[in-house]
Amino acid sequence: MSKPILIVEDLTVYYYTLKGIVRAVEEASLKAYSSDLVALVGESGSGKSTLGYALLNLVPPPGRIVKGRVIVNGVDVLSLRGDELRKARGSLISMVFQDPFTTLDPVRRVGDQILEVLLEHGVPLEEARERVVEVIRAVGLPERMARAYPHQLSGGQRQRISIAAAIALKPRVLVADEPTTALDVIVQKQIMDLLDDVRKTTGMAIILITHDIALAAERATKIAVMYAGKIVEYGPKDKVIGDPLHPYTKALLKSVPDIESREWPRPIPGTPPDLRKPPSGCRFHPRCPLAMDICKRKSPNIVEVEPHHYVSCWLYEGGEASG
Amino acid sequence: MLIVPTVLILYTLVFIVLRILPGDPVLAVLGTKNIPPEQLEQIRHNLGLDKPYIVQYFEYLWNVLHGDFGTSMVISGRSITADLLERLPATVELAIAGLIVSLAIGITTGFIAATKRDTKLDLGLRVFGSVTYTLFIPWLGLMFQLIFAVWLRWLPASGRIDPDVGLETVTGFYILDSIITGNMEAFRSALSHMILPALTLGLVLSGPYTRLVRTNLVKALESNYVLAYHARGVRGSRILLHAFRNALIPVVTYAGLQFALLLGGAVLTETTFDWPGIGTYLVEKVSYRDYPAIQAVVIVFAFFVGVISLIVDLIYALLDPRIRY
Amino acid sequence: MVEILSKALTRILSTIIPSRVSGRGRALVYAGLAIVLAIVFMAIAAPLLTPYDPTRRAGRSFQPPSWEHPFGTNNLGYDMWARTVYGARTVLIVVFLSIVLSMAMGVPLGLFSGYYGGRIDRALSMLMDAIYAFPSLVLAISLAVALGPSLFNAAIAIAVVYVPTYFRMVRGQVLSIKEELFVEVARALGIPTSRIIFRHILPHLIPTIMVVFSLSAADAVLTEAALSYLGLSVQPPTPDWGYDLYKGKGFVLSGYWWLIFFPGLMITLLATGFALIGEGLSEQIRRERL
Repeated sequence: MSKPILIVEDLTVYYYTLKGIVRAVEEASLKAYSSDLVALVGESGSGKSTLGYALLNLVPPPGRIVKGRVIVNGVDVLSLRGDELRKARGSLISMVFQDPFTTLDPVRRVGDQILEVLLEHGVPLEEARERVVEVIRAVGLPERMARAYPHQLSGGQRQRISIAAAIALKPRVLVADEPTTALDVIVQKQIMDLLDDVRKTTGMAIILITHDIALAAERATKIAVMYAGKIVEYGPKDKVIGDPLHPYTKALLKSVPDIESREWPRPIPGTPPDLRKPPSGCRFHPRCPLAMDICKRKSPNIVEVEPHHYVSCWLYEGGEASG
Repeated sequence: MLIVPTVLILYTLVFIVLRILPGDPVLAVLGTKNIPPEQLEQIRHNLGLDKPYIVQYFEYLWNVLHGDFGTSMVISGRSITADLLERLPATVELAIAGLIVSLAIGITTGFIAATKRDTKLDLGLRVFGSVTYTLFIPWLGLMFQLIFAVWLRWLPASGRIDPDVGLETVTGFYILDSIITGNMEAFRSALSHMILPALTLGLVLSGPYTRLVRTNLVKALESNYVLAYHARGVRGSRILLHAFRNALIPVVTYAGLQFALLLGGAVLTETTFDWPGIGTYLVEKVSYRDYPAIQAVVIVFAFFVGVISLIVDLIYALLDPRIRY
Repeated sequence: MVEILSKALTRILSTIIPSRVSGRGRALVYAGLAIVLAIVFMAIAAPLLTPYDPTRRAGRSFQPPSWEHPFGTNNLGYDMWARTVYGARTVLIVVFLSIVLSMAMGVPLGLFSGYYGGRIDRALSMLMDAIYAFPSLVLAISLAVALGPSLFNAAIAIAVVYVPTYFRMVRGQVLSIKEELFVEVARALGIPTSRIIFRHILPHLIPTIMVVFSLSAADAVLTEAALSYLGLSVQPPTPDWGYDLYKGKGFVLSGYWWLIFFPGLMITLLATGFALIGEGLSEQIRRERL
């Protein structure tokens, strides 16, 4: 458990739209270590996808990374420019997207698309070809599938190809944006098993962006809970699930159907805020049953309540639960 | 395989329009001259026009399928097929040149408009594309002639080649022939004669391509797979290439659909530049009311349209693997 | 039914009358309308715009543009400005005539074919597709030759060429509207089919028909000009822009540019005007659909 493989510091991303500035991600920070699977959990609009894109400096205009650092293996990705940035993508940090049906080029064979990743990073042709075969096998597909076109493959197969292309250069971090949302449950398990396998054998860290807390609870080593652009709680899976600190986390866990619980799931009252005019102070305060006066005025700092378990809430300001 | 019924329908239409509709073509052309009716009858018989329509319909079809388009009504005995073959290369050459020019202009403007989208340049190029489409071809052609041939004297005003260069025709495609026979003077002459007609035809037809390429390129560039390419660290120039390849597919389809317009435009271009192709042949025959010849030309056009749509389908399959498999 | 018609009318009018709807479609329609109306005015007010008779000698031949003859004179000494304004009449008559004929044939055919479907629809569609695929100019030429060159025959020839355009557009729309609930309701209520078609479905097609109208008008102008350029429309000495252009062609090498520039410019302008209207309308419809 040496140095973290990924350090995110004060990452802030705003979208400068015609209708106002959307503060999509506000001072997000986290750390991930080798072989970690960090689940970034939140509702739609919580900013998790934006954060994911920001890790590769891929935020589309009118979005802009306003401040922050993303350090992968000692390299600040956000400080890279031009060709250096391009080369870092795929080799240092990589990404797999949500919809396997639109993320592969429809007019090219899948093998060529993987091959291209290698060639574009300077890998010699012969070596690249071998690696393509290797990585296709590693994702559980037969070698000959390299010659197929995307439309000939199923959703699960296409997603495996995308993963293959993403891990071909053995990146240290893989950002997976809802990789299984478009797939059925059985395929979902296969894909997640594959990702688990890869991270354990190569030491690659995975940032799994998902709205599915159950999936996070099942697969993650660490969980980061996001609300309205802020990371409100972050820590080892067992701690976040077993002993949630933040009111939002607690409410979120109660809102999920539990086959063993005798209670009905309880939705969280209210709606997520408009991020053009986020609530003052703590962004959750309008919906928080434990909101105090200070919550409306100042945004809470991040406190490490127990080792590696962080929370951003005024209830814990003294380093331990108060009130 | 819709060409066969399409061509048949067109053949039937043409037959109705040009055989049945004008009534008695012999009378129409020669009736004014004081020719005794028996001789008219004889001419009619020679041309096979006294047989019942149904018989004529099938006979002519049979002949055409064997490449026999009959003989001219006005210049007696002259084989229409021979005339057509003689004129065909000129039209094909012009059509290809026009197509190349229109694609070149359309694709480059569309490309620029896409990469500089939402700028004044983008809007300007799109407006340019719309405006050129409504230009009257003979007007554009004549203005070009006026400017480049009469005032500036840079290019020849009409014709296909300077007769003095003494070109030996092998294929009938002058530009090719001059290369084959190594006649550089002929090459330059043929090329310089080709520029204005090709530019006229190409410019007017380029407009739709601008918009098409722009829209599809923008769509490709905003697609998820392009985002994925970026995430994998592929170079921007290569991504552009891939996006372009995707964007080109509808362009090919459109080029095929536009072929009819290309032919129509070629007819006008030919007459404007005195280009000795099938277009000018048609117009000549029209002024003489030489119905068999007119009929032949129209059928040839119909056939071309069918063939081209077939070729376009093939090219489309080549470009888009989703069709092939 | 009255509401549907008035709603359709409002939609069209909203493009012309300023409203909160976007500017671009409106601007195009305005621009196009300005051009077309200017030319229509030219045609109607012709005798007021020029003292000369376009079919009689008005001065010396081959005069370049001057105060006397703003557009110059041609080989027979006719005043070209006079030929331009009177020529507008010819073009506009042929174009409107052909469009009306085209619509009268294409729209009902499209309506019935689309609504009833079946074998007749399939056969008609194939026929229309075949005509549509064919070079319109060549088809128009064939018809004009067969019928004999005259203003009326040119209009018929052009009309036939555009029937498939109207047919396809109308049929396509009918096919999609046919599936809408209100049609089923009408049928269930026992409303006779012809009423359904004309009073319930047709009003919804009006915007589309208007767009096709303007765009095919643009095309018709160019086709008419082409026919008269080739000698297949009105015969001399009736003033017609395409014919004048053809005559002007003979004198290119002598540099008499005004014999080419003005007739051709008018043709292009009129076509562009219609095209702008058509594009503006379709832009408007597109934005409304969003």
